[in-house]
Amino acid sequence: MITYALFFAFACFGLGLLFNLWRIATGPESADRILALDTMVINIISLLILYGIWQGTAVYYEASMLVAMVGFVSTVAYCRFVLRGDIIE
Amino acid sequence: MELVTEILVSFFLILAGLFGLVGSFGLIKLKDTMQRLHAPTKATTLGVGGVLIASILYFLLVEGGFSFHELLITLFLFLTAPISANFIAKTYIQARVSEDDVPATGTDFGWSVYDDPPLIEDERERGQDA
Repeated sequence: MITYALFFAFACFGLGLLFNLWRIATGPESADRILALDTMVINIISLLILYGIWQGTAVYYEASMLVAMVGFVSTVAYCRFVLRGDIIE
Repeated sequence: MELVTEILVSFFLILAGLFGLVGSFGLIKLKDTMQRLHAPTKATTLGVGGVLIASILYFLLVEGGFSFHELLITLFLFLTAPISANFIAKTYIQARVSEDDVPATGTDFGWSVYDDPPLIEDERERGQDA
């Protein structure tokens, strides 16, 4: 039963990634694109943890932790670049 | 007992999948940028929370070991989601909202989106005056 639930969750988050890609492609604001990238990072973290459950290993937590940190820093850097024209003033 | 475990883990996995899908669908469905900000920052964060709860339960009940990594990821995501949402809202305000349309801040300085931050010397003089 867990296997089928896992496949359902994989499908949901994969479809979500496609939706985010659509929003990145169409825009129209740069804020929309940053938001879609941020959501993409969160969906990818979910997919990594789901893959860890599927494989039955705890290795993927470190990977998803790193993805979470890099995603947050890149969102803030992108926003600061749009806001101030520079990342570190 | 095994059936209860399977039902519990599957329930949280399906809940997480639905929340994640709703969050990403809201991103393409809603009309305005400020409306679109709501869907991913709340629903998708809940979706990740559901996945992490399912993972904790799976490794606790099926594999028989408890780890704090999931709690760390949950804490980090729940701390950073409001901060990135605030930054994205600021980006939108600077691009599309006029300075006349935002309410007054109630202090001597304007919104940080439009004005530079006050200089440290000014702050010091203000402290001496008061």
